[in-house]
Amino acid sequence: MNIEDLSPDDAVLLQWKFISLNYTIVYTWLVMVLLVGIAWWSTRKLSSGRSISRWQNFLEIVVGTINKQIQEVSQEDSARYLPFIGTLFLFIATSNLLAVVPGFHSPTSSLSTTTALALCVLVAVPFYAISKQGVVGYLKQYLQPTPLMLPFNLIGELSRTLALAVRLFGNMMSGAKIAAILLAIAPLFFPILMNALGLLTGLIQAYIFAVLALVYIASASQAHHRPEANAQSETTESKNVS
Amino acid sequence: MDNVGLIGMASIFTAGITIAIGSIGPALGEGRAVAQALSAIAQQPDEANRITRTLFVGLAMVESTAIYCFVVSMILLFANPVWNYVIPATTAN
Repeated sequence: MNIEDLSPDDAVLLQWKFISLNYTIVYTWLVMVLLVGIAWWSTRKLSSGRSISRWQNFLEIVVGTINKQIQEVSQEDSARYLPFIGTLFLFIATSNLLAVVPGFHSPTSSLSTTTALALCVLVAVPFYAISKQGVVGYLKQYLQPTPLMLPFNLIGELSRTLALAVRLFGNMMSGAKIAAILLAIAPLFFPILMNALGLLTGLIQAYIFAVLALVYIASASQAHHRPEANAQSETTESKNVS
Repeated sequence: MDNVGLIGMASIFTAGITIAIGSIGPALGEGRAVAQALSAIAQQPDEANRITRTLFVGLAMVESTAIYCFVVSMILLFANPVWNYVIPATTAN
């Protein structure tokens, strides 16, 4: 992949008639195989005894942390959101962190991957909201606070999806580009620093993508049209906290 | 100056201006946000976790405007769509 290529979509590995196999597809499948493989391999011999294997311990920490974060952000039972949000976070975090491996082109630095992930969020918002409060309750939200706001609500729905996609793409692509440019002008020491910074940015971006998806879903599925019920639940929450 | 040179000059110049101006606003905003968060943490160290989490999410939202400018400048530099209209015309002539 050259520095001129804006995304790993342009780097084609194999071309067979009209089907082309580019880096994005290859590395997306690699990340998927890696995640599924590690999950399968470390859950073969689960034990609840005194001594557990390293991988079980690691996965328990990861799942427990995601659970806790979801609970803190959404103030709800995390089991509802864990499959979707956890998958988003693990996939994005793995592909962002693997970007430091030489020869690995992170699939999240391609706009197609991030757009696909953002579209998943766009579809998941009505899915979760309708399953919680019905079609009418969900559609009513678009008329809040007045029906005049309907076009702005619709535009907001689309623009935040676009922002979600472009934010992740821009961050990951800029990391790869800056590393490549530094490699050209100061190849001795600075690329390592930028890669270390890229690790941090990648993890934060994965976290932010997951948290924003969670916030969108949770705010759509919590009942806005019943302010007294909301106020009641808030007081009980504050009691629980105190 | 012919069209190719003109478009090249305009794109490179605009790319530089885009990223330069586009990073001023988010930089100022992020600086203010971090300063506020630091003083908040200094006042309430118990709430540091929640403040840090909100800060990171907010910083990412603020930073995305700079990222949009960066994407636009990258498109201008490396994937400029205007070339496609000019280069076939010049080679045909």
